[in-house]
Amino acid sequence: MGDHSHGSPKSSGTVATAGQSEVEKFQDPGLPPHRPRLADKDPRAEKRAEKQVAILFVISIIGTLLFFVGYFAIRLDETIATLRLQNFLLGMGTAFAMLGIGVGIVHWAKTLMPDHEIAEERHAVRTEEDRVIAETMVTEIIEETGIKRRPLIRNTLLGAMILAPLPAIGILRDLSEDLNPDVLRHTMWDAGVRLTRDPSGTPIKASDVTIGSAFHVIPEGLNEAEHKLEEKAKAVVLLMRLNPEDLHVSPGREDWNYNGIVAYSKICTHVGCPVALYEQQTHHLLCPCHQSTFDLTQECKVIFGPATHALPQLPISVDDEGYLVATSDFHEPVGPSFWERG
Amino acid sequence: MSASTSSDTYQPKTSLGRVTNFVDTRVGGSSIVKEFGRKIFPDHWSFMFGEVALYTFVILLLSGTFLTLFFDPSMAETHYDGSYVPLKGVEMSVAYASTLDISFDIRGGLFMRQLHHWSALLFVASVSVHMLRVFFTGAFRRPRELNWLVGCVLLILALAAGFTGYSLPDDLLSGNGLRIIDGVIKAIPLIGTYLSMLIFGGEFPGTAIVGRLYVMHILVVPALILLMIVIHLFMVVTHKHTQYPGPGRTETNVVGFPVGPVYAAKAGGFFFIVFGVVAVIAANFQILPIWDYGPYDPSPVSAGTQPDWYIGFVDGALRLMPGVLWGFPFEYVIFGGFTLSLNVLLPALVPAGILFGLMFGWPWIERWVTKDDREHHILDRPRNAPFRTATGVAGVIWYCVMWAAASSDLIATHFLVSLNDVTYWLRALFFIGPIIGFIVTRRICLALQRKDREIVLHGRETGRIVRLPHGEFIEVHAPLNDYKLHRLVSFESPEVQPAEPDANGKISGTENLRGRLSRFFFEDRVAPVTPAELAAAHSHGSHEEIETAESKAEISSH
Repeated sequence: MGDHSHGSPKSSGTVATAGQSEVEKFQDPGLPPHRPRLADKDPRAEKRAEKQVAILFVISIIGTLLFFVGYFAIRLDETIATLRLQNFLLGMGTAFAMLGIGVGIVHWAKTLMPDHEIAEERHAVRTEEDRVIAETMVTEIIEETGIKRRPLIRNTLLGAMILAPLPAIGILRDLSEDLNPDVLRHTMWDAGVRLTRDPSGTPIKASDVTIGSAFHVIPEGLNEAEHKLEEKAKAVVLLMRLNPEDLHVSPGREDWNYNGIVAYSKICTHVGCPVALYEQQTHHLLCPCHQSTFDLTQECKVIFGPATHALPQLPISVDDEGYLVATSDFHEPVGPSFWERG
Repeated sequence: MSASTSSDTYQPKTSLGRVTNFVDTRVGGSSIVKEFGRKIFPDHWSFMFGEVALYTFVILLLSGTFLTLFFDPSMAETHYDGSYVPLKGVEMSVAYASTLDISFDIRGGLFMRQLHHWSALLFVASVSVHMLRVFFTGAFRRPRELNWLVGCVLLILALAAGFTGYSLPDDLLSGNGLRIIDGVIKAIPLIGTYLSMLIFGGEFPGTAIVGRLYVMHILVVPALILLMIVIHLFMVVTHKHTQYPGPGRTETNVVGFPVGPVYAAKAGGFFFIVFGVVAVIAANFQILPIWDYGPYDPSPVSAGTQPDWYIGFVDGALRLMPGVLWGFPFEYVIFGGFTLSLNVLLPALVPAGILFGLMFGWPWIERWVTKDDREHHILDRPRNAPFRTATGVAGVIWYCVMWAAASSDLIATHFLVSLNDVTYWLRALFFIGPIIGFIVTRRICLALQRKDREIVLHGRETGRIVRLPHGEFIEVHAPLNDYKLHRLVSFESPEVQPAEPDANGKISGTENLRGRLSRFFFEDRVAPVTPAELAAAHSHGSHEEIETAESKAEISSH
């Protein structure tokens, strides 16, 4: 193999011992003697290993063929069964193609290639000689720029370099056209807006809401709104009917419910996931993402979990035709808190 | 094969030789072969985790390129018209629809999606386990501190790659994940609201986020990961690999196999094995069935929602934080009109900050406490560095408590216990789990070290019980051979470095702290056996040894 600086199996041997000078330590016995493998001693075992490696490579060839069987022989016909079969054949074909080569090469290396451990000396990460040369060169380079003699140039350059990247932050400003936090305070709800079913948008009659039932509600007209998802992310509401005696209504909110029908924002006040679980027995609302729990009978006060404030209540009433309508927007911002929320 | 120096004099004999010589005389491949052809790499099964990370990243690049050819990262509205019947006609984003198309209408698309997602999970896992291996064996010590930092950055980039990819299909699960990110960003004081609006291009969810994450996911983050991997491997070559302690292995040498052919064959073959294993998983185990979740809609969410495993610890921390504790709300209004949401800010930023802060700083913390600035190329067995091992286990437990908390609802439903009680227990474990873990681990390490001492001094238990003439039963202990003995005695055991006064004869506050930490870590150390101790054990001290020798003679006489 020509001339090289490093070890080869033939130069393998014991290594100089560490800590010899220190009396307290044990002497390093050096590399353990090499133990021959079966293939080293027995020509039959060697032949067998050779065949095993070849078989593994053949398995890889079969695997690739299996991939093409899955790819060409199976026509996707819009059923899950064929898709699943094709996925299985493509995957297992790839797996055999890869594992055959991989296991084959590793088996080859472990049984037939030399397994003598070799010792090689480490080198210093940096030699002292290099440092001296580099230091001299850098000193000369700095000297030639004259930056030490001309502090005016140095200082103005520093100032310019500190300021120059700032425009890069500036140009990101246009990532959003409108940067007004006030939009978070208002939703589509307003006096007279009907409560409709999510997602169909059909209005809900007060008489449809029986005790114990729950409705997922969106404002009427949401499905036609220009920024539908943005509006929906703020406006979705949960509607439930309780026995009016179970409700603890605080002063000023007496007319916010209609015969025990209450509407609360569905967006958790923690980080904004939908509060989607309703326990009919306990009248608890639970956010499945972080388990904030709100008590419907106490105006959705937080009783467990990371949220800090109650779900905003939507004041509701009925119109002339008996449909549920909002009497105003929410009285506070819905969803997660933000700095300007107040 | 190995071309000589001058093309004028060297005449290759084979056609392959002529091609090689052509390249060599133009780009100089001989020097590369000379440098790396027989470079020695130590071998140990625990070194494979880094390789798994590298290879899964290659699989990610390959499968990701395929997906890029078919995926359309647009949030424009469309009505689905593909072959998955239950969603026909449903309104959704183009991104979600094209993910469905990749899954159902493009041959091999589902396989590639599953291959990509599974290897992403495995990539983060192998990076993490690789870092644990490096930490617990002390491989981050001088001269490798900078490479440890590169590794930490790689872990963060892996998380970023994972999260940006997770959000691309615009399904219900990923949309709710983004909703949580939006809530966390909004909790940042002063700039949070604006930041959220800049990122989402206005109000959440907007129509820009998927396209923006796409650029990050396919361009910026992979490029940074690639750059870091190059730096990482460059430094591995510069430093040469660390090695486990053993006979013949010193701080000044590397013992192992040469790159050509053994190491190259093993490592190269291992790439195909990793690919094959991920392919088996991708062929058989469904992951992220977005068609079950549906397109993103701000109103619904599924019970038992889980993030991908690597982001679970942040989500778990969000769940563990109480909003109100003993009547004290963690969200309040300051400066007359500005809301500070500590209930979101603290769990989202502080645990991750502490975790990564300690990770980045650990090589310097350990160097400061031990006052050890020497080069280390021989690894520690974890038991021989009890303080580090115990600290690492404490950190792992802390992480795992938060990670488990991300599944608190599933724990509650699967084990039929109260969800609130699970949270209370995990909250308690968040604080006391790491402390218990530290104490128990250190005791185990010290006990294992004592066991090693016993073995060195009295030999290995053979399991042979012998009855002596006077009726006593003893077990015969066989002495160790030199190689095994060396493994158990050739480690360094750091001692307490008490606080030292400075030039003015005063002990500064930080030095005092350092001294106390050093005492805390090293005061009940177990020292390695010295030759004198072994000699003493063999000669006078132990009559047991003599008896053993006698009994041996007795047995052999039978």
